[in-house]
Amino acid sequence: MTLNQFLILGSLLFSLGVYGVLVRRNAVAVLLSIELMLAAVNINLVAFGSLLGDTMHTGHIFALFVITVAAAEVGIGLAIVILIFRNRSSVNVDELDLMKW
Amino acid sequence: MSLGDWIGQSENLVFLAVGVVMLAAGFWVVTSRNLVHAVLMLVVALAGSAALFLLLGAEFVAWTVVLVYIGAVVVLFLFGLMITRAPLRRDPLPLDHRRRWPAALVAVAVFATLAYATTAFFGWEQGEAVERSLTGDLGELLFRRFVIPFEAVSFVLLAALIGGIVLARKDPRE
Repeated sequence: MTLNQFLILGSLLFSLGVYGVLVRRNAVAVLLSIELMLAAVNINLVAFGSLLGDTMHTGHIFALFVITVAAAEVGIGLAIVILIFRNRSSVNVDELDLMKW
Repeated sequence: MSLGDWIGQSENLVFLAVGVVMLAAGFWVVTSRNLVHAVLMLVVALAGSAALFLLLGAEFVAWTVVLVYIGAVVVLFLFGLMITRAPLRRDPLPLDHRRRWPAALVAVAVFATLAYATTAFFGWEQGEAVERSLTGDLGELLFRRFVIPFEAVSFVLLAALIGGIVLARKDPRE
């Protein structure tokens, strides 16, 4: 296995996530696309940790950190989405103009 | 290494199969009209990434992905969809913006930049041997060398937990 194949796959998944973030109107779907981008980052990190001859496995450790931060991000993100839904009864991101004037 | 040699290795065939499934599932996540299907396809994509981690010898990371992502985060997403009354194909408004092509253009540009940058800077280190990480080794590293980042990230998780509760509960003064 070469490193390049994992880097290309990670880039493809990341760009799919970018497309989803830009094109989705539902806030939960935007969060889903962000998860896709974080999974792509994890693939890159684990490939670095396994294939660059790193005996300390720094890439694996950082993938674990990314997973933890992603879990925190989903918790906070969904709490904010639920709060917005309670106040505006809609979670479409292009209808949210509370902070625009 | 030619393409024939590359295909000849059995682990590359596994990689190819898993990668194609992951990309198809990821495409479904960002294009599906039904958001519940999108979440379930995210499960497929994440399971594919766990399979790749097993292929790379990172067993602890793989099982953490299965437990945390597929076990917890996806359930959280399904609850989020349930609470916010997500459109299940019956919504009169479309789920996507009308301007798809600029977004696709941006995504292609991001892919080109990332693929070029990462392969140009790291691809020349052709690691052939997979460096396996045993769970015990990772635990040793986490609690010796990386103990301060570990504590910091656990504090972040605690703060996020409390913040989530504070944000999502109803204001008692109302």
